[in-house]
Parts: sequence; C-alpha cells; structure tokens
Amino acid sequence: MDSLFFAVIALYVLSAAGYLAFLFRQKERFNRVGFYLLLIGFVLHTIFILYGFSVAGHLPVHNLGETLSIAGWAIAGLFALFQVKYNLKILGVYAAPLSAVATVAAALLSTEPVQADKILESYWLFFHIVTVFLGDAAFTLACGLGIIYLVQERTIKNKTHGFFFKRLPSLEFIDSTGYACVVIGFTLLTIGLFTGFIYAKTVWGRFWSWDPKEVWSGITWLLYAALLHGRASLGWRGRKAAIMAIIGFIVLMFTFFGVNFLLTGHHGPFTKI
Amino acid sequence: MQDIVLIGLNHNTAPVELRECIAFSEGDARAALAHLADIPVLDEVMLLSTCNRVEVLLVSKKPDDAIQETKRFLSRFNDLPLERFDASLYVFRGDEAVGHVFRVASSLDSMVLGEPQILGQIKSAYQTATLAKTSGVLLNRLLHRTFFVAKRVRSETGIGGNAVSISYAAIELGRKIFDSLKDKKVLLVGAGEMAELAVEHLIRHKAGDIYVANRTFERGVNLAKKFNGRPIRFEEILDTLRHVDIIISSTGSADFIIRKKQVKVVMKQRRNSPLFFIDIAVPRDIDPDINRLNNAYVYDIDDLKGVIEENLEDRRKEAAKAERIIDEAVIRFREWYENLNVIPTIVALRGKMETIAGAELEKTMQALRHLPETDRVAMARMMQATLNKIMHNPTQLLKSDSPHINKSAYLDFTRRLFKLDE
Repeated sequence: MDSLFFAVIALYVLSAAGYLAFLFRQKERFNRVGFYLLLIGFVLHTIFILYGFSVAGHLPVHNLGETLSIAGWAIAGLFALFQVKYNLKILGVYAAPLSAVATVAAALLSTEPVQADKILESYWLFFHIVTVFLGDAAFTLACGLGIIYLVQERTIKNKTHGFFFKRLPSLEFIDSTGYACVVIGFTLLTIGLFTGFIYAKTVWGRFWSWDPKEVWSGITWLLYAALLHGRASLGWRGRKAAIMAIIGFIVLMFTFFGVNFLLTGHHGPFTKI
Repeated sequence: MQDIVLIGLNHNTAPVELRECIAFSEGDARAALAHLADIPVLDEVMLLSTCNRVEVLLVSKKPDDAIQETKRFLSRFNDLPLERFDASLYVFRGDEAVGHVFRVASSLDSMVLGEPQILGQIKSAYQTATLAKTSGVLLNRLLHRTFFVAKRVRSETGIGGNAVSISYAAIELGRKIFDSLKDKKVLLVGAGEMAELAVEHLIRHKAGDIYVANRTFERGVNLAKKFNGRPIRFEEILDTLRHVDIIISSTGSADFIIRKKQVKVVMKQRRNSPLFFIDIAVPRDIDPDINRLNNAYVYDIDDLKGVIEENLEDRRKEAAKAERIIDEAVIRFREWYENLNVIPTIVALRGKMETIAGAELEKTMQALRHLPETDRVAMARMMQATLNKIMHNPTQLLKSDSPHINKSAYLDFTRRLFKLDE
C-alpha cells in the first residue's frame, strides 16, 4: 500500500505545481490540470485511508504521521468541494501545497502500525475524528482566504496593483467565502466536540477530563465563536475578520501540534511521532 | 509581378491640423475610392480613414507610378499642395505593407495601444471597397488574413486587457472591491464629463439606485433625470453615505467635502460594509486619509492615472507577443503570395496531375502483368501525351501577357480548383 500513498503524494505535488503555474501564467488549463490532479489524489487517498480502516478496524490515527495524512486528505477534499461551489481557483495555490506538505511529512514520519486497540473501535470516535478534521480543514482554508484578503486589500489600498491585483478575486468575494469557511468549520468542530464528549463518556465514564487537547479545543471553539458573533452583531468584516481567521488558525495549530509536544494527556498516543 | 503598397499618415507622423485636412468623411471616402479606382496603374485599392490615420492600400504592377499617382490624387482631392504633407507620408511595399496592415488591425499602431475600434473601422473600409468592387484577389486575401490575425492577437495576448481610461479604471477597481456591481448604490456629487461617464458605465454594469447631489439643487434634479436617479440636497450627503456603496465626486469645491471623521462614524453605521470613493475633482473633494479606514477605499484622479499607466505598461509587454504572431502571419502570407506566381502554379498543377496519373497507371499495370514490355511503355507514353494536351491550354492562358485578364484571379482560381495549396 506504500506505493498507493506515494501516488497520492505525487498527485498532490503535481497539483501544487499546476496551481503555481496557474498563478504565474494565468492560463485556465493549468488551473484545470491542478484541480483534476488534486481530485484524483483525493480519491486515491480516500481509498488508502479506507484500506487502513479495513485492516485495523478503525481510522488510522495512531501517530502524528497518520494524523497528518488525514489532515491533508481533509484539506484536499474540502478545497475540491469549495472549488466546485465557489470556483475559487486561486485558493488552490494555498490548498494543494498544504495537502502535499502534509502527506510528504506523513510519509517521512510513518512507522509500523500499532496493534489494533479495542479502545478505538467506536462509531463515536469515527465521527469525532472525521468531523474534527474536516472542521480544521475548513479553518485552514479560512486562514488562507484571510491571507489572500490581506494581500489584495494591500494592493488596492496602496494603489500599486502589480502582480496580485489581477490574479486575486474581489475583496467582497474573498470575505464572504472566508466567512462561509468559518461557519462550516465551526459547525463541524461543534459536532466534533460533542461526539468527542460522548465517546469520552463511553470510554472513561466522564464527558470532560481537563485533557490539554480538550482545553485547547475549547479555547479554539470560543475564539471562532467570538469571530462569528463579532461579524453578526458588530460588523467585523473585511480586514478584521481576515486577521481573526489567521489568529484562530494559529491557535488551532497549537491545539493540533503544540499540545502534543508540550503537554501530555489522553490524546497523546494518537499524535505522537 | 504585382506589388502590395501602402501609403498613409497617422498620429505619429502628422499633427492633428494636417490629419484634419486629409481625413475623409464617409461620403468623401466613397467618392475618393471611386476616383482612385479610375487611376489606371491601380489594380486594386482600399481607403482607410479614421481620426488618427489615412491610409491607401493598393495593388499595382507598376508600384512606383502608383505611389506617385496616389500622392497626386491625395493632394488634388484635398486641395492641398503635396509639399505640405509629403514629409508626413509613409510608404510601405510588399512584406512591410502586409505587416503594417496586420499591426494596424491588431491595434499595435493605435494612439491608445490595444483600443478595439480600429478593427471595426478596417472592416467597414474593406466593405466599402468590396461594394465598390475595387478590391481583388490580393486585397481580399490580405484583408481576410488581417481579420484572422487581429482576432488571434486579441485572444492570445492581453493587448486589450485592463482599463486604459479613467472611467473604466474606476469600474475595474469597483469590481475588485465588490464582486459584482449589480445593485450597488451610487452617489454622484457634482457633475462633469468624466464623472457622468463613470456613472453611465456603472449603470451598464447594472448598478442599483443612483443619487445625485449638487450645490444647486436645480442642476442636481436635471442630472438625476438623465440617470433615472434621485436628487438629494448637498446637506444630505452624509446621511446618504450610510446606504450607498460607490461615491463619485467631481465638484469645484476648494476644500474637502467629505472628511475622515465623518466617514469613521458612517462606517460604524454601515456595519463596515465597504465604501468606494472615486474622487475625480481637482482640487480633491474627498479626504485621502479616508483610505486608511478599514473597508473604505479612496482613489483620486492621480491614483487612477497611475493605474492606467500600469495597465498600459502591461499592454506594451503584450504587444511584443503580438509582434511575433504578426511576423509569422507575414511569412505565411508571403508564401501564399509567391505561390501566386505563374511558374510555381504551373509546376504544382503539372506535379499534381502526374502524381494522380502515375498512381493510376501503376494500379492498372499491376493487373496487366501479362502484357509485353513494349505495350506497357506505349501505355505510359499515351498517358503522358494526354497530360500534355490537357495542360497545354491552361499553361498558355496563365503565361499570356494579355492586359485583359486578371492574372492573380486566374492563378488563385487555379490553385483553389485543384487544391494546390495543400
């Protein structure tokens, strides 16, 4: 199955190259090539994960490598969905390389699969993992859109248009799709947290156990809740929303990586190298 | 051998006073074309006249005479001594003339690089020539190639991309701030040609309500009527800012009309929905510091000019790509034109016939292996004689020097009849 995973990596890397070519050359065919390579990569990646699932009886999330692989998969899938819905070509320049980097890192980190553990065989856990990862992917895209927004806003405000003005979409479009990403991410994260609570109850007999990952997930959740509230009631949009999306993502990254290395808790085994 | 010649002057070689004297109105152009067609040394002719150029494109067997006759005609028709404009005239022949026509049609020679009107003007000049039957095989072919090349340049390079006028630059910016201009509300403060043009562009992009503010309410009412908009009083501007999206300002005011402090309050009331100020006035109407506020954007006339200059620079880069397309097209045209010569056409025709005859002969011989060698030679000789007889008359006709036949037309026809250009 290693060769399948290498095919996935190759497709993501080529897709990233296609999107970069699109950024510079602005030829529609590069965009199309980038998109289809990513899509094929995503399909093969799905097969690879399902294969791992069928072998172990649960989602392959034993170590940091496997977790990163799932993260790359979620980003590729969610971006493909967004591309179809909003035709957000330029975001591919951000999403495809991220998927590529995540899977390459996964390949470098991969170790022998741990023996199947009874604790992992639960539907609650399955939903917990899938929703949390898709939610994180949505926040990742929101961060990318935030960066794109800041770049485009800068070109317009500084009045020297140059390279990006033509290539990036309109501010209002970036802002509204970024908002859509945050809404989707927040919804999925909420569901992810709840399924996590239920799973914790079934395994450890309590919903909440002050595990550092739980705590930081809670903080992330509150931050995005604040962002959505600010937008709805105070009109936080444009630049402010873009910066918030980027800050939210940094906190999210700490929850994803930092907690594993700096703190200990019951999420540890899933995300250790 | 006929030659293609182009004589003309344009905005680079002649000042506007001179161009005015030479330019032909539409009616004039038709009359002038009829006169030109009457000049015996001009076999084919076409006349292009726009505000920036006057050009005569002609085909002649005696190009030097044709050039003199045409110059004399221009002087006579416009009642202007030749010395006054001879220095402004450029004359191109052969490949240079062809390349020039391609460049003009592709808008590489235009005053505003890449402006799209010129192609339409050439099309209509060509139509006038075809209706007057002054164009022939060469010009027909050349013009059709020209339209093809111009289309290719437009689709394969960014020569026509990005706005190069103030009002269009403003629209383009608007579309990078708001995704679509549809239903965006517009406030016009003051009046002026450029500002009104911008409003018209916005309306064409399906903008929403138009508000018009003017110091003299009367004038505002009249202007509002023009755009089907709503007049407001000058004091109502700040209130209106709360629900419009685009403000175009062009007043004679010596001081700012809208200030940062005011907009800061307005932005809160608008819940930060974006506001785009286009300040066409000199001195400026809109405090430039407003650009520092989040979700508020201010472009004044110099900013817009800067954008245009940047876009023109892009177009110049694209023009280099266009030149390559044109060079290639000139070579292709020359190939066609050289083939239009008598000898290559006869050779090609004979070659084609011999290929067909040879192939058929061989096929037949395969089935007739039992025939003695002498019979076979006789058959081959018979085939050759037939070919020579068939070729005799066309060869004579194509080679004849009679002035009554239009040789290019015959050559072109022959090439097409026997598909010799494949």
